[in-house]
Amino acid sequence: MNAVEISNLTVKYPDVKALDDVSFVVKEGDFLGIIGPNGAGKSTLFDAMLGLNTAYSGTIKFFGQDIRQSKKYHKEIGYVPQKPEFEKNFPATVSDVVRMGLRTESDENKIDEILQQLWIHELRNRRIGELSGGQLQRVFIAKALVNNPKILILDEPVTGVDQQSIELFFSILRELNSKHGITIIWSSHDLDAVNRLANHVACLNRTLFFHGESEKFFSDDELVKQYSEASMQEHMHHH
Amino acid sequence: MSFEILTYGFMHRALIAGVAIAILCSVIGLFLVLRRYSLFGDALAHSSFGGIALGLFAGVYPLWTAYAVSILSALIITKIKDKYNISGDASIAVLLSAGIAAGLVIISFSGGFSIDIFSFLFGSILLVSVNDTVLILALTGAILIVILLLYRQILYSTFNEEQAKVSGIPVEKINYLIIFMAGLTVVTSIQLVGVLLISALFVIPNVTAIMYGRGFRQTAIISISFSVFSVLTGILISYIFDITPAGTIVLFSIGLLAATMGIRSLGLLSKK
Ligand SMILES: Nc1ncnc2c1ncn2[C@@H]1O[C@H](COP(=O)(O)OP(=O)(O)OP(=O)(O)O)[C@@H](O)[C@H]1O
Ligand SMILES: [Mg+2]
Repeated sequence: MNAVEISNLTVKYPDVKALDDVSFVVKEGDFLGIIGPNGAGKSTLFDAMLGLNTAYSGTIKFFGQDIRQSKKYHKEIGYVPQKPEFEKNFPATVSDVVRMGLRTESDENKIDEILQQLWIHELRNRRIGELSGGQLQRVFIAKALVNNPKILILDEPVTGVDQQSIELFFSILRELNSKHGITIIWSSHDLDAVNRLANHVACLNRTLFFHGESEKFFSDDELVKQYSEASMQEHMHHH
Repeated sequence: MSFEILTYGFMHRALIAGVAIAILCSVIGLFLVLRRYSLFGDALAHSSFGGIALGLFAGVYPLWTAYAVSILSALIITKIKDKYNISGDASIAVLLSAGIAAGLVIISFSGGFSIDIFSFLFGSILLVSVNDTVLILALTGAILIVILLLYRQILYSTFNEEQAKVSGIPVEKINYLIIFMAGLTVVTSIQLVGVLLISALFVIPNVTAIMYGRGFRQTAIISISFSVFSVLTGILISYIFDITPAGTIVLFSIGLLAATMGIRSLGLLSKK
């Protein structure tokens, strides 16, 4: 079954067309890496998919349901934002934050379980504002996962995280995808990381430049080169 | 010291109403402070001053007009802020002066300041009637029940609106609800500390409690305890020494804040 189906998605901001006629499908169990340079429209794509921006044209479907028609998809999605923003002295502990993600009556066992799975159980009672970037990232993944979502959407979640935490994070993602069958959609600048983790790739730069199996993309030097050049140009253009 | 004062009916009412208001302000205030809306209570109080003047002028019970004006301004401020993208603090400043200005004009129409106006400006908890006390208790109960029922939604949308929205929480509705409840709370609390000191009850116990570095529930409990403590001691002490309750209550809560800051800078609140 198709977890996600995006057809002819176009998003215009007052000054730019951020996405232009983008269509692709994500099958259940896929691990899709979305690559694209700064300003390519990755966050814009996610905003539309998550219902944060409804001013788009085209259709977005989760499990066959158009999100304009049904809000049921909310409970199947876990989302880890690019920059989790919150008040630095917010009086919430790690378990408070994970509990916010929990939709049904507070289930403390579930919270403990997920914290253990992400290796942050000992941080349970620490205030959220005191954590390091890598710890924070895992807390937000825990919050996204605590509802047992079928789809996990992560927007460039490894900026400012050290190599060791990145490796741990990658192995967690891999396990979620292969063992627990969670469909993962993950945006990144990092071609190597996408090559290592994802089994599908979408190259986005306002339009969809390539979408398919990652093997196909990465074994085709010409394609990779084209992509890199295109994003370089785009980059220069922006500066 | 004589405990005789505890047998007076007006003292019972003052203490009961005071405790209810203390709890209410501390709970609503925690959400406002965390939403960077600390001065919102102040703005609503000042705009209800306009409402009070209007009531006195028109011969209507002033708290009713104050409720109407307070809730209306709360909703207007939110609409304006969203629609014209004015920053929160600027829209609060506008509302605050609009309320006082309207109040002053209406008062001068009706022949200048009266005793009534002063009791609204500075509070009059020792004069609270049986009916007022019942109303205060009912409102406190109702608002606390709503907050308990929607606890997760309110907390989550306070923490991060965007993520709450992604989880399917109707963030806009929750925002209006909080603002609406803040409007009710402000007018209810005018009887305790008056228009001028309301935001003290919203802000000080919460700022103090947040410094203890605990989770959300514990922070709320600490804040409520401090708030209730300040109100109880404030009312009793002010009666014994014949000084104004509003000022005494607020000075007590500032004392707790200062003590907490002291403890903290001695390093006694750093991590276990
Ligand atoms: N709210 C907005 N209003 C106007 N323009 C916007 C808005 N958000 C994004 N844009 C523009 O849309 C384009 C795509 O931005 P987007 O944030 O989706 O890119 P991105 O791929 O997520 O980039 P990055 O890798 O830097 O996160 C950019 O040109 C950006 O300036
Ligand atoms: Mg982005």
